[in-house]
Amino acid sequence: MSLKAETVSWSAGGRLIVDAVDLEVMPGEFLGIIGPNGSGKTSLISLLAGIRPPKSGTVSLEGRPLAQTTRRDIAQHIALVEQQAETTERITARQAVELGRTPHLGALSPWSRRDTDIVDRALEHVGMSDFSGRMWHTLSGGERQRLHIARSLAQQPQILLLDEPTNHLDIHHQIGLLELVRGQPLTVVAALHDLNHAAVFCDRIAVMDRGRIVALGTPTEILTEDRIFAVFGVAATVERDEDGSCFVRYRRPRPKLHLISDTTKRHDHAR
Amino acid sequence: MRSTPLSINRTGAVLTALALLFLALVLGAAIGETAIPLDVVGKTIANRLWGAGYPLDAIDEGIIWNYRLSRAVVAACCGAALSLCGVVLQALLRNALADPYILGISAGASTGAVAVAILGIGAGMLTLSLGAFFGAVFAFALVSLLALRAGRGTGAIILAGVAGSQLFNALTSFIVTKSANAEQARGIMFWLLGNLSGVRWPDVTLALPVALGGLLVCLWHARALDAFTFGAESAASLGIPVKRVYVILISATALMTAVMVSIVGSIGFVGLVIPHAARFLVGVRHGLLLPAAALTGAIFMIAADILSRVIIPGQVLPIGVITALVGAPAFALILSRGRAAS
Repeated sequence: MSLKAETVSWSAGGRLIVDAVDLEVMPGEFLGIIGPNGSGKTSLISLLAGIRPPKSGTVSLEGRPLAQTTRRDIAQHIALVEQQAETTERITARQAVELGRTPHLGALSPWSRRDTDIVDRALEHVGMSDFSGRMWHTLSGGERQRLHIARSLAQQPQILLLDEPTNHLDIHHQIGLLELVRGQPLTVVAALHDLNHAAVFCDRIAVMDRGRIVALGTPTEILTEDRIFAVFGVAATVERDEDGSCFVRYRRPRPKLHLISDTTKRHDHAR
Repeated sequence: MRSTPLSINRTGAVLTALALLFLALVLGAAIGETAIPLDVVGKTIANRLWGAGYPLDAIDEGIIWNYRLSRAVVAACCGAALSLCGVVLQALLRNALADPYILGISAGASTGAVAVAILGIGAGMLTLSLGAFFGAVFAFALVSLLALRAGRGTGAIILAGVAGSQLFNALTSFIVTKSANAEQARGIMFWLLGNLSGVRWPDVTLALPVALGGLLVCLWHARALDAFTFGAESAASLGIPVKRVYVILISATALMTAVMVSIVGSIGFVGLVIPHAARFLVGVRHGLLLPAAALTGAIFMIAADILSRVIIPGQVLPIGVITALVGAPAFALILSRGRAAS
């Protein structure tokens, strides 16, 4: 199932947040979106999910513009896990996951045995089966995040959009969650903060800066010392393994003078 | 709590609920300044509905049928409708303090009623109720317009509602102080606090369809309301056409509130407290919560009406006083127990 954005723009408060972005998500791939805070990652994800209409340009699913597709139709194919979705309602963990079945149920079509099974499986997938009776407000941030993922899996989408899904998680659960998502037969688009996660799990990485996609390619093509410095303003060393994977090691910021001489050195080195 | 259907329990629950409601209606007809035995109430209902032909005292029968029963039915409709509005608005606006009056509707209704009663607008063609209804609709239109201009988000409509309420309450006070004599002022004050004394069968023919229709519209959107648990964006990502649901449900609550306020005046606290009580009883799933809230509201309002008639012998208290006097401590209890359970 293909998802495609063509010259999509979106602005808020007179400021252009997403600026004429072209992006085609390939079926089955894990596409990471990286970029500094405020670069438009979240807005782009919302546009791809169709919950915000673009100011100009189109987002299309299987060649059909989202604007001409019903919300229900979209939700049967695309699931979204937001960065921070909270509630004060006294719901159980299981009830939060059951919401994922919403696009598949109508006002008159009742909950079925099949829906129960799907929810059971989704809870199992994220390792939260034992928590299903717990109240939402008694759960930790990480547990809540895993339930959001379970809810999106219960939605049985073909495309999963994730906005910084590993916030609040400890390192074990960060890796576990990305591995879990990676293992699903799904197309995944995820805004990620951690460049090493992007390096390990993504097939392709898109780099966003000030609302534009400034680079798109495989992790080894994208994660270079120059680009990391240009986009994030951080000095880093990128190490490469024999198997072709890469690893980003950040360096401690030093007084400006050293930083400049360092980068000059790095440029010299590159030459 | 699983949402797999437990059909036997569910049928049992529905039957119990209807039985409770019927019992409340019968008690509402039996208890009052002159207590009337339950069997007389039953026979009156049988006579009137099925022409059973039991020989009964005409005065008793008249009191039951013409005064108390119509009054109990309207009280039930009103309680149910206001509670439904509370549930829907609390879910859509994601605010535990939302109630049917947050949209400025009751304030507008008061102004409309006062304009008719004191200023004589409509030159006798408009009744107090009709004036209240137009006032309510006008206030809601104004508040919606303001909310739309103020921008998106649920905060906008709450703020617009608060502004609207203040404006219309001020207008009401202005009209009352400027133009009303002491007796009119007292009458208006009584009406503002909610009053079922003037209710007769024609009011039932308005209140009952509106309450039942409202219940159906809300039930139809039960899953959509569930989907708002994590906010409007989350609801949209779950396939809910958010804007359409907002328009349909907020209009439905506005209409229900306007009709109920126009019949009985603005009765406070029911729309705020009953949804919380119902949530405490049956949980947060709207498929169950909506009917439970409607039923609890209906029974609560009938009970409040009975109390308002018997608490001071020979005098009827405004029902709004009872709902607040009983509702506020009940609310406090629910809040503290909810705390303890968590």
